[in-house]
Amino acid sequence: MSDMTSTSRIADTTRVEGIAASLPTPNLDTDQIMPKQFLRGIDKKGLDKGLLYDLRYDADNQLRPGFVLNQPAYKGASIIVAGSNFGCGSSREHAVWGLQQFGIRAVIAPSFGEIFYSNAMNNRLLLVMLPEAEVQRIMEDVSNPLTSDVLIDVGSMTVKSHSVEASFTLSARHHHMFLEGLDIIGATLSLQDKINAFQEQHWQLRPWLHNIAHVTRARINATSPAKPLGNS
Amino acid sequence: MAKTLYQKLVESHTVARLDEQNVLLYADLHIMNEYTSPQAFAGLHEAARPVAVPGQHLSVVDHIIPTHPVSFRIIQDPSSALQATNLAKNCTEHGIVLFDTNDALQGIEHVITPELGMIRPGMVVLCGDSHTTTYGAFGALGFGIGTSEVEHVLATQTLVYRLAKDMRIRVDGVLPLGSSAKDLIMYVISCIGAQGARGYVVEFQGSAIDALSMEARMTLCNMTVEAGARGALIAPDDAATDYVLERAPDIATQYKEAALAEWATLHSDHEATFDIEHVFDASEVAPYVTWGTSPDQAVPVTGKIPSPASAPDATVRAASEQALRYTGLQSGTNMEGIAVQRVFIGSCTNARIEDLRVVAGIVKGRKVASSVRAMVVPGSGAVRRQAEREGIAQILIDSGFEWRQPGCSMCLAMNDDFLLPGERCASTTNRNFEGRQGRGGITHLMSPAMAAAAAITGCITDVRKLGETHV
Repeated sequence: MSDMTSTSRIADTTRVEGIAASLPTPNLDTDQIMPKQFLRGIDKKGLDKGLLYDLRYDADNQLRPGFVLNQPAYKGASIIVAGSNFGCGSSREHAVWGLQQFGIRAVIAPSFGEIFYSNAMNNRLLLVMLPEAEVQRIMEDVSNPLTSDVLIDVGSMTVKSHSVEASFTLSARHHHMFLEGLDIIGATLSLQDKINAFQEQHWQLRPWLHNIAHVTRARINATSPAKPLGNS
Repeated sequence: MAKTLYQKLVESHTVARLDEQNVLLYADLHIMNEYTSPQAFAGLHEAARPVAVPGQHLSVVDHIIPTHPVSFRIIQDPSSALQATNLAKNCTEHGIVLFDTNDALQGIEHVITPELGMIRPGMVVLCGDSHTTTYGAFGALGFGIGTSEVEHVLATQTLVYRLAKDMRIRVDGVLPLGSSAKDLIMYVISCIGAQGARGYVVEFQGSAIDALSMEARMTLCNMTVEAGARGALIAPDDAATDYVLERAPDIATQYKEAALAEWATLHSDHEATFDIEHVFDASEVAPYVTWGTSPDQAVPVTGKIPSPASAPDATVRAASEQALRYTGLQSGTNMEGIAVQRVFIGSCTNARIEDLRVVAGIVKGRKVASSVRAMVVPGSGAVRRQAEREGIAQILIDSGFEWRQPGCSMCLAMNDDFLLPGERCASTTNRNFEGRQGRGGITHLMSPAMAAAAAITGCITDVRKLGETHV
């Protein structure tokens, strides 16, 4: 395998290649991937610091030397090989942003949390789903720093570790999104006429769904004796 | 062709078919909070795009808000305070309804929208929060989205939506005394696993579901996401439509007949087929308690902590061992009798008035154990006031509970309510993940009745043994 690191390949969307680190725990949730204290921003900055914080740092904020991403051999890892249902739980997209800011470009796992999956695809964090047995064998490969390199070819949708060659699938849409990037909102706005037509008919059939928030707030303001206690 | 309720809801909201797996789905109501929306507004502003339909959105400050029992709330943490003022600024700029920090009707997003009559059968409801599945209780398709998707909904009122599969969970029989909708969903999750419904929208059917109150249905659908589900649904019946009409006078006075006619169609057709089906018997549901760090690591309160050696495979075994290391418990230990230092009654799962009534019924005339700090955080300002009117608040206060202001609070500990390392909490919330309620804190999920019992005895207790008849 090539010794090319993830950083030298960052602009290349056709492949992800680099050191892979194994996080075998199943159901690794987004609370653990990005703990609550890092969710207080109004921008996306500084989330690399929060990534897997309680696993990377002990209660005194000291680095845990035994944790895989803290080991010198896995410094600069760009791929995580994870247990099933990776990213379950909270919808926080901060988990995806944090992984990317840390340098992770792809996660290989038997399955992913559903909201995390959409969030990752929308940010072009590559998610590779493989059968449990294959993920297990890749984990065994990458657990040895001498065989920790993994190559993911997005074009041909194949994964290669020291002893495993496997194919994966992405939907045509996600495949395209990862390779070419896509202004998803822009693409939807090109359908604005359709949205307008749908909306008009939808509200005609179901007028009680039109303007719900404003109608409700106006009713509350008109009828409720309980005025707001103040403002923040 | 026969259709499931899920298929009907998707069909009635499909603006365009994008490809084999994705549709452009119209969103009737989009709810925002202070921590998953700021980057979406920033993206919108950067691209100089307007909010497409401001009247179909609303915002709430709930995750970061302090719950101290003082009427005027000030957010002390500067970053969190900025999230709140930033949300207010964004809402003002775009004409979006906001339930701000000191609004009398502020509360947890998934508690206030139903109580204000904003959730109606047949809707699609989106929110940057995974517990948006709650709205399935009304036959509305609700699910959580990420921040990129929040921006998409703001800009287009639609979502690029990957279609889910259909799962039916049928539950017949009668829930035994002492067991609630919370116990039912914990039982289901313990049976099918934390990803047992991954990829599916779950429709609940059966006599045990029909018998649930609307608030109990919300608890059930809320927590279905902990089985990995992409949505939860219950076909609306009279209980659902009555609940909505009572709270939505705009429908009751103007559109009642048309709305009822439409809502009567919102059920799975008899011949409709589901991709997978599970059947459970409600009479087998005991009060459930989690022992580990995943919601599926749960047993009846009368049970023991299972041995990792009995796990079906090496991965589950390793996860069980890790969970026991974190929770400081040993396999074979009885759940009953495990001491707790904290009790938390709250969250979008269990902070509605019926939950608080149950708690009050159990603790009335009793005292919280001296070894326990017990908090009740009502789901909304309206719930709080109603509980005060009904005398519930006084019962709780007399028993030694802290009676606090509404918010998400210690469900995820984003505000200043959290567990200290090593503290063990009996909690009515939805997630027992490592560190969820505070770093090093240990969560045991359970029903409000069970949490009330734990508060009184100071340890995990089978509420049925407290000698109450009105549990």
